[in-house]
Amino acid sequence: MAIIRTENLTYVYGDGTPFRKVAVDNVNLSIDEGEFVGVIGHTGSGKSTLIQHLNGLLQPTSGSVYIDGEKLWEDKKRLRDIRFKVGLVFQYPEYQLFEETVYKDIAFGPKNMGLSDDEIDRRIRETARMVGIKEELFDKSPFELSGGQKRRVAIAGVMAMEPKVLILDEPASGLDPKGRDKILGQIREYHKEKKNTVLLVSHSMEDVAKHAGKILVMNNASLYCYDTPVNVFAKASELSAMGLAVPQITRVFKRLDQMGCNIGEEVYTVDFAKNLMLKLLNRNNNMEE
Amino acid sequence: MLKDITIGQFFPGKSIVHRLDSRIKIILTIVFIFMLFMADSFYGLGVGIIYVLGAFLLSKIPFKMMLKSLKPLVPILIFTGILNIFFITAGDPVFEWRFITVTDMGLRTAAYNMIRIIGLIIGSSLLTYTTSPIALTDAIERLLSPLKKIKVPVHELAMMMTIALRFIPTLIEETDKIMSAQKARGADLETGSLLQRAKALVPILIPLFVSSFRRAEDLALAMECRCYHGGEGRTRLKQLKTAPRDYVALVITAGFVFLTVFADKLA
Repeated sequence: MAIIRTENLTYVYGDGTPFRKVAVDNVNLSIDEGEFVGVIGHTGSGKSTLIQHLNGLLQPTSGSVYIDGEKLWEDKKRLRDIRFKVGLVFQYPEYQLFEETVYKDIAFGPKNMGLSDDEIDRRIRETARMVGIKEELFDKSPFELSGGQKRRVAIAGVMAMEPKVLILDEPASGLDPKGRDKILGQIREYHKEKKNTVLLVSHSMEDVAKHAGKILVMNNASLYCYDTPVNVFAKASELSAMGLAVPQITRVFKRLDQMGCNIGEEVYTVDFAKNLMLKLLNRNNNMEE
Repeated sequence: MLKDITIGQFFPGKSIVHRLDSRIKIILTIVFIFMLFMADSFYGLGVGIIYVLGAFLLSKIPFKMMLKSLKPLVPILIFTGILNIFFITAGDPVFEWRFITVTDMGLRTAAYNMIRIIGLIIGSSLLTYTTSPIALTDAIERLLSPLKKIKVPVHELAMMMTIALRFIPTLIEETDKIMSAQKARGADLETGSLLQRAKALVPILIPLFVSSFRRAEDLALAMECRCYHGGEGRTRLKQLKTAPRDYVALVITAGFVFLTVFADKLA
């Protein structure tokens, strides 16, 4: 069953003022449980607005959102429970840290859920391990940590609520390539281990191609497509027309194909490219022999 | 909820009111306030209200915006009204019940003061709607510049005001963001006792303070990098200049002041 479903979801900012803007336009979407979805779109395409509907932070202007079969905004008292079910990590989440210690900050979400102290403790230790925060940092102030550590503590704070759906808005923005790979790798590990649904918002095609099983493309406030990476990257020219670049490696192989190398397959990760090259080289070698 | 704040909101436009010199606009607003308080009859107040409504029409600001600026003041208006009605005992009683006495004088004062407050709000919001914050602080700096002679740091004060105004929307946006982030972690801001709600603000205020300090440091650094060193010897990109229309506005306003003062006798 689809864990996230939207029906004609539309959201308008500043309705009735001169600043009126349609941010999400009639989006129909159905995401299955356990999926790792990459959400891409250029700045202002409506991806951040879309994800804030999925945990009931924004109320749709029209249309509806269903989480786990339950319609949001039917009963406002249920919204808080929905937010525990759909964990949302905002962009630059380190700016939401506020507690005296790292441990207490990660505990904020689970505590709001009303869990027992033992359960909270278990979750903190588990999520801290998952995001690579060592236990000796637990008693430090979150403001003493490095940028990357802060970010990982903030992500752990949401993961510790063990949401069925974890949504991350540009979790790697502003980090160096090493920090970026680390965080994205940890998110992928989390997905593997927990088998939860993960939505990763990014504007880097490379990141999305590397990790996601499905890709959702937003363009000008509406849903452009929701499909597997192979099918999405097959539309390379349409994507570049909306200002989204397909991964470099895909472009290289597309070009090779055009030049008559006869690759015959969509390539969108470097690993895949390596294996394919080896295969092709072997084939050629065999033919020569 | 935070989106409803209209302080310092600027409505870009090209109307005659927008194009008036910002110094003149400040002076006219002050004159208008005096007008409201000099008037001591319905005729006088009527002239004042006609004046500000006329200016509003000329500015082409949607009428809705005027109501929006009045909305937050409804409690104050009601409070003023009640205070005046029940606590002024001079004049002829029109209504008596046990210890409550309502006099015609009380009713009249209540009406006067409510009209005055409404006029005040409309007039000052017209000023901020039609004048960009930068033009406004520039004008304040120029109008206060004689005070430099007695060592009042006019430029610094104006700069502080510019920065404060500039950061109101940023801070509102930031607060919204932090509130959303903490709500996503299950923070409950809407229910609970007063104490619980005050406590629930901690996760919002601390990150807000931290980021404000960070922002202030960044801004100070950015200003220093561009060799900012206070008002001494600083020239302006946009010079404030008066045009014939400014003098016309002054003359018209003077006419209205005259009408306000003599409204009683003329009527």
